[in-house]
Amino acid sequence: MGASFVPITVFTVLWGIVGIVCPFFVPKGPNRGITQVVLMLTAATCWLFWLCAYMAQMNPLIGPRLTSETLIWIARTWGEPY
Amino acid sequence: MGSLFRSEEMTLCQLFLQSEAAYACVSELGELGLVQFRDLNPDVNAFQRKFVNEVRRCDEMERKLRYLEKEIRRDGIPMLEIPGECPEAPQPREMIDLEATFEKLENELREVNQNAEALKRNFLELTELKHILRKTQVFFDEHEGGANTTESMTRALISDDPNRHIGHVQLGLRDKQESLEFLPCFVAGVILRERIPAFERMLWRACRGNVFLRQAEIDTPLEDPSSSDQVFKSVFIIFFQGDQLKTRVKKICEGFRATLYPCPEAPADRREMAMGVMTRIEDLNTVLGQTQDHRHRVLVAAAKNIKNWFVKVRKIKAIYHTLNLFNLDVTQKCLIAECWVPALDLETIQLALRRGTERSGSSVPPILNRMETLEDPPTYNRTNKFTFAFQNLIYAYGVATYREVNPAPYTIITFPFLFAVMFGDLGHGALMAAFGFWMCYKEKPLQAKKIDSEIWTIFFGGRYIILLMGLFSMYTGLIYNDIFSKSLNIFGSAWRNNYNQSTLESNKMLQLNPDSDAYTQTPYPFGIDPVWQLAEANKIIFMNAYKMKISIIIGVFHMLFGVCLSLWNHLYFKRRISIYVEFIPQILFLVLLFFYMVLLMFIKWTSYGPNAAHLGSDDPEIVKTSAYCAPSILITFINMMLFKTDPNTRPQCNDNMYAGQIGLQKFFVIVALMCVPVMLFGKPYFIMKEQKERARQGHQTIEGAAENGAAGGAALPPPQHHDEDITEVFIHQAIHTIEYVLGSISHTASYLRLWALSLAHAQLAEVAWNMLLRKGLMSRDFEGGIFLYVVFAGWAAISVSILVLMEGLSAFLHTLRLHWVEFQSKFYSGEGYLFQPFSFEVILDSAGQGEE
Repeated sequence: MGASFVPITVFTVLWGIVGIVCPFFVPKGPNRGITQVVLMLTAATCWLFWLCAYMAQMNPLIGPRLTSETLIWIARTWGEPY
Repeated sequence: MGSLFRSEEMTLCQLFLQSEAAYACVSELGELGLVQFRDLNPDVNAFQRKFVNEVRRCDEMERKLRYLEKEIRRDGIPMLEIPGECPEAPQPREMIDLEATFEKLENELREVNQNAEALKRNFLELTELKHILRKTQVFFDEHEGGANTTESMTRALISDDPNRHIGHVQLGLRDKQESLEFLPCFVAGVILRERIPAFERMLWRACRGNVFLRQAEIDTPLEDPSSSDQVFKSVFIIFFQGDQLKTRVKKICEGFRATLYPCPEAPADRREMAMGVMTRIEDLNTVLGQTQDHRHRVLVAAAKNIKNWFVKVRKIKAIYHTLNLFNLDVTQKCLIAECWVPALDLETIQLALRRGTERSGSSVPPILNRMETLEDPPTYNRTNKFTFAFQNLIYAYGVATYREVNPAPYTIITFPFLFAVMFGDLGHGALMAAFGFWMCYKEKPLQAKKIDSEIWTIFFGGRYIILLMGLFSMYTGLIYNDIFSKSLNIFGSAWRNNYNQSTLESNKMLQLNPDSDAYTQTPYPFGIDPVWQLAEANKIIFMNAYKMKISIIIGVFHMLFGVCLSLWNHLYFKRRISIYVEFIPQILFLVLLFFYMVLLMFIKWTSYGPNAAHLGSDDPEIVKTSAYCAPSILITFINMMLFKTDPNTRPQCNDNMYAGQIGLQKFFVIVALMCVPVMLFGKPYFIMKEQKERARQGHQTIEGAAENGAAGGAALPPPQHHDEDITEVFIHQAIHTIEYVLGSISHTASYLRLWALSLAHAQLAEVAWNMLLRKGLMSRDFEGGIFLYVVFAGWAAISVSILVLMEGLSAFLHTLRLHWVEFQSKFYSGEGYLFQPFSFEVILDSAGQGEE
């Protein structure tokens, strides 16, 4: 498993706040229900989308195929492997 | 519960209005706009209704106002917008005043116009005469000068020697200059310039060349008084001889609508006449100016009030139209109306009615009665400016059945989200969001401008959708890591170069191995790693695998959500049987087959890949979870449906993704297939059972009634049941089931359009960058700067027109389809009809649009 604790927590908590906590604090009024639905769906869709992008890269099956020039540039600017 | 989730509860009401108070009450209700009246005399001809006279009077007033408006527009006088609030509908007695005012104005205007026209015609004639005198002078001067003789001498010659001139004619017009001197008669006139060639030809042919025509163009255009167009005319003068030719020439002139004017032969007479004409023209000019001034004053005064009057008249007309829908009661003192009313607004309506009664000074309050009915009430969703556009997207498909779950609140987010999955690009999203934000921010001024271009109206109506679509596209663009086809490296890529210098020098292309220290073993935290944008060789392979999977994942969640909404419908309408034989098998079918596939995707993502602790290990246990052993989800799914296992071609790997996979899959497929007959026969079976039950009970009641009858009571008619034909139910259910089962497969595949469009968008953006902007950025020196300037313009134009507008439109349409077909088919029947309240606002709006 190539997951890292920090980003998963950060983004899950972030969207969790938007989708679960925020709906409780929507001001009362005729549009309260709509606003709640909007918040929850925003959080759900955005979180799912982020999660898929993250999980698709957790265990890469292939690596990027690059020209050697690009690789030299990468070696210069991004640094050495850890 | 918010009103948008379901349509409003409606009640049918009966309204008794005192005839004196009816007008005022309906007026108040029109201001409110919450009541839909039903036509109570549908078979009465429109001309036989009670208030036909009033409506006709209003029509007449409207016609007069339109006439006034036309005149005002013709003079280009600005019409004042109504200051502040719309005027209320005037009292019926005010109608007479209004009528009188309009009558007076119209008559005055017509008179002024008539006078002006007569004057103008006069003016035109005089001007033409003036021109004739001036131009013919030139003709006469010419020939006098050319022949070196005086006119009197010519005359003398003609009278002296008629033979000679006959001889001349017989010889034909050999010499024009010469022959002129001997032509005794002429007519002068004015003709439209474009008719000249035909006129000339006609004259030549009809008179066999025996006439002589001279013409000169009038330089300034003249105004045609009947149409007030500017026309170009020419002066002509025709010389001929003999009465026969004269009549012929005159006929031709008539035929060509030429105006003939008397033109004296003697120069002194002509001069005198010209003087007279000039003075008369001057007089006329002053009179005309005064007439115009008067007309202008009248129109300016009218322009101040015309909008106001329009509103008043339209309101009166609307009220009488509504009153025509009412029934008179027997005593003729009371009007009866039936109307659909939102249940929540009954109080407001009562208040409005009371206001109306007070205004009319009637003593008897109106009565509003609730009625019981079996009819389907209209669908009414209270929207605001934000939800309105989304609700319209739904209505474009079909109006919700009364009290059915309304998809609009969910569409507010799912619509921009699905759009953004296809349109994901931070740059293009930002452009779209900026445009949407500008329209929302400048809402009021833009609305006030009333731009009536159709495309603009569509964009402006969907401003909130555009804003949200832009914002979501920015988010998905960040996740795709795409900004005009370039990537952002915010968190630092998870990939490094681990090849040494000699390898790099000896190879052109190299692939980084994730199962080595080239990959940090923890992914890029937010979105796609920027390294993929650089990997031109296999970026598409990686992106396709990723985007196809997310399309299916999003699609399955979307459809599951739709099926869950159908549960909410069943619960609300208390269709318990439908829950058991429709909802449960449906959701089982979807979950066991397609959600299971989604789960397989997640399993593949998590369990196959490099092992951080044993990089590049050959240990057979570790190889089993390596990329080498990752199965294809699609093949796995197809095999699952076919109950088949592929022969193992990779001996190092496990056959299954997890223990007991084959058995579980078989179980899932069998259960899913068993759901199909439940969907197919469940509902008809229960309906049949219910009918039998009811039939038995019906028998009992009839028997009971018979007994009662025997006991002396009146025989009751047997209770009526709307028994649906059972074969119809079967066919209906079969269609539904086939649609759902086949639909699940085709709809899942249909969500792959998310992948296809987002791929197309990314590729197009890349092509635009590589073919244009890169060329500009790579050119050097001073000329390079100029080249870049030009290239950037081209790239920006293509980005906006093709990538944002066209791609945006296509993504929008695909999103619309995904919502209408794939999502709404799971729960939405859309068989209702729209609540159309009697509202002045709507009536005035539509009238205003029709007029423009």
